Amino acid sequence: MENLKLRFTTRGPAPGTACSAIVGVVASGNLEVLLERVLAQNECAVEITTPVRGYDEVWKAVVADFVERTSPGGMRISINDGGARPDTVALRLMQGVRTMEMDDE
Amino acid sequence: MSETGRPFGASASWFLSTARERLAKLLDAGSFTEFVPPSERAQSPHLASFDLPAAFDDGMIVGCGRLDGNSVLVAAQEGQFMGGTFAEVSGAKLLGLIRAARDDEKLPRSILLLLDSGGVRLQEANAGELAVAEVMRAIVEARAAGVAVIALVGGRAGAFGGAGLIAATCSAIVISEQGRTGVTGPEVIETNKGVEEFDSRDKALVWGVTGGRTRRLIGGADAYAEDTAASFREATLALMGKARPFDLATLRAEQARLAGRVGRLGGCDRAAAMWKALGVADPRAAGDMDDPVFVALVADVKGAGDDAR
Amino acid sequence: MNARSSGPSQRAWDTARQSREQRLAAAARYARDKLVFHEDVTKLLEALVRSGDRVCLEGDNQKQADFLAARLAEVDPVVVKDLHIVQSGVVLAEHLDLFEAGIAKRLDFSYSGPQGAAIARALKASKIELGAVHTYLELFSRYFVDLTPHVALTVARCADREGNLYMGPNTEDSPVVIEATAFKQGIVIAQVNELVDKVPRVDVPGDRVDFVVVAPSNFYVEPLFTRDPAQITETQILTAMLAIKGIYEPYGVKRLNHGIGFNTAAIELILPTYAERLGLKGRIATHFALNPHPTLIPAIESGWVEQVYSFGSEVGMDDYMRARPDIFFTGRDGSMASNRMYCQSAGLYATDLFIGSTLQIDLAGNSSTFTKDRIAGFGGAPNMGSDPRGRRHASDAWLKAGREAAGEPTRLPRGRKLVVQIVETFGEKLSPTFVEGLDSIELAKSLDLALPPVMIYGDDVSHIVTEEGIANLLLCRTPAEREQAIRGVAGYTDVGRARDARAVEELRARKVIQRPEDLGINPLDANRSLLAARSVKELLRWSGNLYDPPRKFRNW
Repeated sequence: MENLKLRFTTRGPAPGTACSAIVGVVASGNLEVLLERVLAQNECAVEITTPVRGYDEVWKAVVADFVERTSPGGMRISINDGGARPDTVALRLMQGVRTMEMDDE
Repeated sequence: MSETGRPFGASASWFLSTARERLAKLLDAGSFTEFVPPSERAQSPHLASFDLPAAFDDGMIVGCGRLDGNSVLVAAQEGQFMGGTFAEVSGAKLLGLIRAARDDEKLPRSILLLLDSGGVRLQEANAGELAVAEVMRAIVEARAAGVAVIALVGGRAGAFGGAGLIAATCSAIVISEQGRTGVTGPEVIETNKGVEEFDSRDKALVWGVTGGRTRRLIGGADAYAEDTAASFREATLALMGKARPFDLATLRAEQARLAGRVGRLGGCDRAAAMWKALGVADPRAAGDMDDPVFVALVADVKGAGDDAR
Repeated sequence: MNARSSGPSQRAWDTARQSREQRLAAAARYARDKLVFHEDVTKLLEALVRSGDRVCLEGDNQKQADFLAARLAEVDPVVVKDLHIVQSGVVLAEHLDLFEAGIAKRLDFSYSGPQGAAIARALKASKIELGAVHTYLELFSRYFVDLTPHVALTVARCADREGNLYMGPNTEDSPVVIEATAFKQGIVIAQVNELVDKVPRVDVPGDRVDFVVVAPSNFYVEPLFTRDPAQITETQILTAMLAIKGIYEPYGVKRLNHGIGFNTAAIELILPTYAERLGLKGRIATHFALNPHPTLIPAIESGWVEQVYSFGSEVGMDDYMRARPDIFFTGRDGSMASNRMYCQSAGLYATDLFIGSTLQIDLAGNSSTFTKDRIAGFGGAPNMGSDPRGRRHASDAWLKAGREAAGEPTRLPRGRKLVVQIVETFGEKLSPTFVEGLDSIELAKSLDLALPPVMIYGDDVSHIVTEEGIANLLLCRTPAEREQAIRGVAGYTDVGRARDARAVEELRARKVIQRPEDLGINPLDANRSLLAARSVKELLRWSGNLYDPPRKFRNW
């Protein structure tokens, strides 16, 4: 298994108040993304575990674009990947941020 | 653009939903509390050694919530992750839930099992087999202690192998047309007996033998739901509080019922033959008909309603 | 130059007819009039077929003369050898067995589908001499020029004793194959499911048919155009939304062809939902040259579609089409009628848009479904996916595309066909759709092919749609712009990541590239609830239970 840890400084905090969210499932071509609001407001950490080797640069590009686009400050994001395509990864990350925008019940 | 997209709602397909989506729409809104949630990262310690990805919940979501105000314990399998299989962690989570209900009568007296599983996880077979056996024993003990255990079957992986055995151990089974249950899964039959005996890619055959409509017609499931969370909710509510006492008389009645079923249907070699034997004039049309029409048809079929559990 | 004196030549002018009569005489002992028992077919073929003959063993991407294929594969390769197979589809294992056994040597075809890898292996092992991989129209055309079959083995639903054939919805390639063969003194043998006193309708007149055999089991038809809506992904729905909002709407595309694939199935399934909400009903997607895709049923039932003409049929659609004669072409008997050659012509000349998927696209927009070890064939996509230079009738969509391609007003306006490739940036197993060079060029080198197989040439492509956006290649003025437009929608593939970000932003400012947000589409809205039917069962419901899905799609 490959393990990739990325850290970013963001423009600001992610919107919303939800403490955590999980989107997607671990399946072939899919992934699960766990988001937890546990870091400082302008920090974001992303940890990826994947059985697919050789895609570090693609992961970095996808995650960097996502961070640039959504500024997910405060988020610890953990990914269990089942060999998802980059467009699916980007979609799940966006879905995760949208879920975190909802209030905790 | 958001007005063009219906959000995931109670009308979304149960079959195609994830376990978490099913729970969210089955239970009263916002009532679900998860035990051992993903943030605790209770994931399989074994899969990495097979170079397989783990899941933060190991494909088993357990917790409590309310169904129309009634407190319930719930467990939901994620059929898309490793086929919803029973393994060390997923098995322990389910077992813990059922044993807790067995031992603590202050806990809810109903457990809903949203099964979606091909059986035991091959990579953790020993732990998985053990878990299935322990879960079956725990269900029997919980039922004896007055807990109703209701299986909901309608996921993509069906309820096969250990999940099929566990379903059969429950107080009642709710199934949808897309739901399938049995012990030996279609691929396993084909592998062992050959494609001439059973073509696992012939979906019409697979569903004819193991699918929800056949199971409901022959009395292998107690309630029939449409493929939506709303319908599973309604069917489950109708069964709650109706569990019979789990005693010798109930077991004897169940044995008699099953013997009667073998007598009536044991000679059939196809699903359509069973349906005919049960008085369904046109099995093909009955397979294609709308759910409400099918439900009306079931009401007239002898044997579908005589569940003894 | 002292030529022969004028006057009629003394050569024999009817050698083909004489050969035919000799063959028929040799075969007569296996037939009673035109009827042949199925047990005698191998012997019949050994009597009729001569080594080196051109044989069309009819099988396309749908129906298969499977019984005749199996019998031909049984002939003695000492008696019958070195056949030249000229047929649109090489689809069955038996088709390859002919080459393995030496019964056949040379091959000209169009489509291979499931046998693509086997053909590549046979080529590498020199078991097959490949003529060319054709498009359907050009292979059918060559039947009348230099690839006329000596023997055609065809397939029909039923026949009468005169040999009149009823093919029903599965007429497909047969009329063109049989006309070419029969009128050039060839021999036509038909496998049928049953013999009847009177056929429901004559699809092929009996005087073109020499022998009829009732096969022991019904002929095989592949449900090639059935897509289970349950398998359509969010990304495919997003690309479908982009195509409708970014291409169908602005060009007002009414007449069109859809390729097979989940992206185009998604388009069909969001016409009654997404496109309906955009107010496009009646303004787009009204006339199709298209097989009877089950996923089109909801659009038909909601009044989107005015008519559909088809190449072939689709398993399970017979009763539905019979009940919708306003939409489909049907015979006096009520059953649908198809014809692959007519429909290919219709798709080439009478539609304004082709949209389909592919496996690889290079930096110039050339595409291919051939990989290093698969000769997939072309089928009809290159016919419909090309700008017909012979077109002379105008339409708004065609003229608008022409104006965009010309750039500036011209005294001689000319239209352009919209040829759209709709893909996801990565395919199965994370293989990139966008590549620096097509695998098929490598393949052509390794097999010494004169012509590298290209599905659709880049200069025919007008748009590329991916989940990242739409590239309008009509608006590109230089090869460099074209390359950046393609890189600009190539996502996180190597090709996409090597883009010149500034050039791509400039192209976006000129609307050469349009992102989902530029079209008012939020990717998070691309979810399965947009599909008018989300399962095969829901398609059945939409059809009023007239659609009869194949068993492998019946998950109930």
